[in-house]
Amino acid sequence: MNNETWETVIGLEVHAQLATKSKIFSGSPTAYGAPPNSQANLVDLGYPGVLPVLNEAAVGMAVKFGLAIAATITPVSVFARKNYFYPDLPKGYQISQYELPIVAKGHMDIVLEDGTVKRIGITRAHLEEDAGKSMHEGLGAFSGIDLNRAGTPLIEIVSEPDMRSAKEAVAYLKKIHTLVRYLEICDGNMQEGSFRCDANVSVRRRGTEKFGTRAEIKNLNSFRFVEKAIHYEVARQIDIIESGGRVLQETRLYDPDKGETRSMRSKEEANDYRYFPDPDLLPVAVDAAFIAGVRRSLPELPDEKAARFAATFGLSAYDAAVLTASRDLGDYFEAVVKQIPQDPKLAANWVMGELAAALNRDGIDIGQSKLNAMRLAGLLNRLLDGTISGKIAKEVFEAMWATGVDADSVIAEKGLKQISDPAAIEQAIDAVIAKSPGQLADYRAGKDKLFGYFVGQVMKATGGKANPAQLNELLKRKLAG
Amino acid sequence: MKPEQIASIAHLARLSMDEAEIPRYQESLTSILSFVGDLERAQTEDVSPMAHPLPGLVQRLRPDVATETDAHERYQANAPQVAASLYLVPKVIE
Amino acid sequence: MSLHTLSLAQLAAGLRTGEFSSVELTRTLLARIEAHQPQLNALISVTGPSAMQAAAVADGVLASGGGGPLTGIPMVHKDIFCTDGVRTTCASRMLDNFVAPYDATVVAKLKAEGMVMLGKANMDEFAMGSSNETSYFGAVHNPWNPLLVPGGSSGGSAAVVAARLAPLATATDTGGSIRQPAALCGITGLKPTYGRVSRYGMIAFASSLDQGGTLTASAEDAALVLRAMAGFDPRDSTSVDKPVPDYVAGLEQPLAGLKIGLLKEFFEKGLDPDNERRVRAALAVYEGLGARLIEVSVPNLALSVPAYYVVAPAECSSNLARFDGVRFGHRAKDPKDLMDLYKRSRGEGFGAEVKRRIMTGTYVLSAGYYDAFYIKAQKVRRLIANEFDQAFTQVDVLMGPTTPTVAFELGSKTSDPITMYLNDIYTIGANLAGLPAMSIPCGFVQNLPVGLQIIGRHFAEERLLSVAHAYQRETDWHTRVPPGYE
Repeated sequence: MNNETWETVIGLEVHAQLATKSKIFSGSPTAYGAPPNSQANLVDLGYPGVLPVLNEAAVGMAVKFGLAIAATITPVSVFARKNYFYPDLPKGYQISQYELPIVAKGHMDIVLEDGTVKRIGITRAHLEEDAGKSMHEGLGAFSGIDLNRAGTPLIEIVSEPDMRSAKEAVAYLKKIHTLVRYLEICDGNMQEGSFRCDANVSVRRRGTEKFGTRAEIKNLNSFRFVEKAIHYEVARQIDIIESGGRVLQETRLYDPDKGETRSMRSKEEANDYRYFPDPDLLPVAVDAAFIAGVRRSLPELPDEKAARFAATFGLSAYDAAVLTASRDLGDYFEAVVKQIPQDPKLAANWVMGELAAALNRDGIDIGQSKLNAMRLAGLLNRLLDGTISGKIAKEVFEAMWATGVDADSVIAEKGLKQISDPAAIEQAIDAVIAKSPGQLADYRAGKDKLFGYFVGQVMKATGGKANPAQLNELLKRKLAG
Repeated sequence: MKPEQIASIAHLARLSMDEAEIPRYQESLTSILSFVGDLERAQTEDVSPMAHPLPGLVQRLRPDVATETDAHERYQANAPQVAASLYLVPKVIE
Repeated sequence: MSLHTLSLAQLAAGLRTGEFSSVELTRTLLARIEAHQPQLNALISVTGPSAMQAAAVADGVLASGGGGPLTGIPMVHKDIFCTDGVRTTCASRMLDNFVAPYDATVVAKLKAEGMVMLGKANMDEFAMGSSNETSYFGAVHNPWNPLLVPGGSSGGSAAVVAARLAPLATATDTGGSIRQPAALCGITGLKPTYGRVSRYGMIAFASSLDQGGTLTASAEDAALVLRAMAGFDPRDSTSVDKPVPDYVAGLEQPLAGLKIGLLKEFFEKGLDPDNERRVRAALAVYEGLGARLIEVSVPNLALSVPAYYVVAPAECSSNLARFDGVRFGHRAKDPKDLMDLYKRSRGEGFGAEVKRRIMTGTYVLSAGYYDAFYIKAQKVRRLIANEFDQAFTQVDVLMGPTTPTVAFELGSKTSDPITMYLNDIYTIGANLAGLPAMSIPCGFVQNLPVGLQIIGRHFAEERLLSVAHAYQRETDWHTRVPPGYE
């Protein structure tokens, strides 16, 4: 694949399930994992005679999202019917929004690897209802339909085709993911299907204005899959064109086992959705007062928080971005810094370092951390006040993580207090020098590297507790003779 | 209306349509559509489409409360084919 | 005394004084139904045992001094209203054995009043038709002459009331389906303002046109029932939150000074001269009561028919997509794949008229035709609605014929296209504009009933009913019972 010849063009469609208690058009509960069809009432089942009534929280959440992406909120938006037949679509149409979506043009800024900021346009975001689920295995010659999910509110977020690489696509997707969780409008659980992504991918020769034919790729339920699928698809399309063929406009499914995309049989034929305004629903009016109310409820947004962290705590843009990847993480970090305001960098390093590693190892979120911010701050305070050294601090951290006990208790119990008494350190140094005449001679003869040997030996002798700075100074003097 | 058009509309609407039925539908659809063509002569340049007969109404919003409880056994009594609480259809390959 | 010719008010009085019981009344009417079903085919289901049970309960309530003006009074629901635990078919093979698991709001409201449901009335399949000849369960016959149609789609409901099998039948009107059968059967039909009566549980044909209403012998009876049926329903987003007036109290409003608009377009070619004479005679009665007749016009009224024939099929093609053989309703035997399941279930389940309308609707919504047909039709709709509004700045109500002729022969399908067209032109406008309208009997032509149509402004049912009632105080057309049904 020649990057000079070919340019990749990507647009992403995200479907995020809104975290409402009830469905968008019915009072059925939305909790995940319920027994099949136990959360599908007559409205969700599309029974004859039933009618939809709109959930106010879904509207509020859509407006919240719109404000967070600096989009125009459409004052009167309209629900439209998207007509097609599929077993998981009980009414034979999906209630969605077509010509007048509740959220119009907005944007999202992403930070690329090299630190540059790119603005990705968002064409629109609209409200619609989710379909049910089909089960194709274990039922013999049948597929089984579970309509629990039918009617769950979705916000469909459509980006402009502004992304030019899989990395940009993933960065954008992650940002949207972070944002919806910040806003508490979606739990972002990709495994459970509450955050789904379809990618529209096409290629064109560099320098051409016209977009190439695009393929839509579905079933991308992890950031990794998104990246892999895009790479595969780009290669596939370039291959086709370079062999003299034409790329088909079609829907393709990503197969994570094979790492490839393949054409979806059931959606092969172009569908004429025959959109028209849903006569069972009236136009949705959102007035200035409503919008102002939602605006007041906006939390500090990720970009705002990152900028504030960078400015207030002297962090790099990169570190600030990492620490604001989730609201919980940002809050945790700030709580730690509150306790050790003199060294925010230290707090950042530990949160992004040790703490992140431990969370990762245990497969849990910051919200489930066994070590709360106060406790971590306590540990860092002991580091800052010289009670323990950096190396010891790591040991203390692991013990705190494992036992849930605070820093002082661990330090006391394990006797990990740093040795900062010069006399004691000197004593240890003298003992090591005494047993290492050869190394002493070599060092004095010019082998500077051996300094590390002496440091190591003293640390060993003191159980790692010698104050490193003092040790260095005293050792230098003693070795010099 | 041509026979292919009738067949494609029937397909879109998921209605079985055998060769013998097509002429009948061709005839009725053609005649309905011819008089619907009268609409063309209406002067509607300054008029917006009317989706709802009562002007100025907007959608009522319902509070976000889960009010429904599980009644699937009662509902599934009407279903032609159910297994393990799932509605069954001939297997679909995606 | 003939229980079956008493008005609702008389029935209520008799029940309250104990002159007769609900059980007796119910038994009487069930017997009448059984006796006349072979001739009329007005009912799809008869719910005898549960009716007797409900009657007994009502008697208990009345005996203890409780209940209201409708308690213990038997009635029939058009088989388009979902009735909990009772077969609801929409006169279609698609729902032949469908037992609704819930009550429509209209059903629940009348049940709460203590009314006794005798059964479900026959109708045109999925409310599509104007002669009640498209029912899967066979055509309904007009009680005035069994060779003739009763009108449609609420033909069964109209036949029930005309034949005095029950004093009330609920019905629905999308393009005239309450008013036209009322006219052809010599009874009083009321289509309320769009949004006045909840559509929840009323199986949808064309959502922006459908409205539930009443078929009764008189406006007085209609007022009693509408008072109970109307009102805001949070389960119907198109239901309007407006207080329901006491329509009964409003019946005796004086008529003097009433400005009656005569739509020029209603009296153009095609109206049978004898029908016209009866209608004009009725108008003369109103003049005698102090009303003024003023000519008005809805210039684009003729376009209401093509507009309707785009909008209604479009909406119905989508509303009927839920009938797919998966969760309820007819399923074809041994489907070989999903496509076969859909196509054969729907092909077998729906009758020809329904399929025709689904096809039309699918076509006018499809890519390339949406703007030319659907959008254009909705624009014409607004044009017509505006013109009605204009007319109502000059007059209080509009009056004219309900139908161009009296009832026609079963099977004739009235081959004269002008008549078919005009059949619709009188009634469709009110649906497009969401206006309330009634038809009341105003005489006979060749021993067959003629209807006078009255159209009002939005939410002016009180006015409509009092205007209709004023005429029924002066005349007795509404008391006439078909020969053999006295």
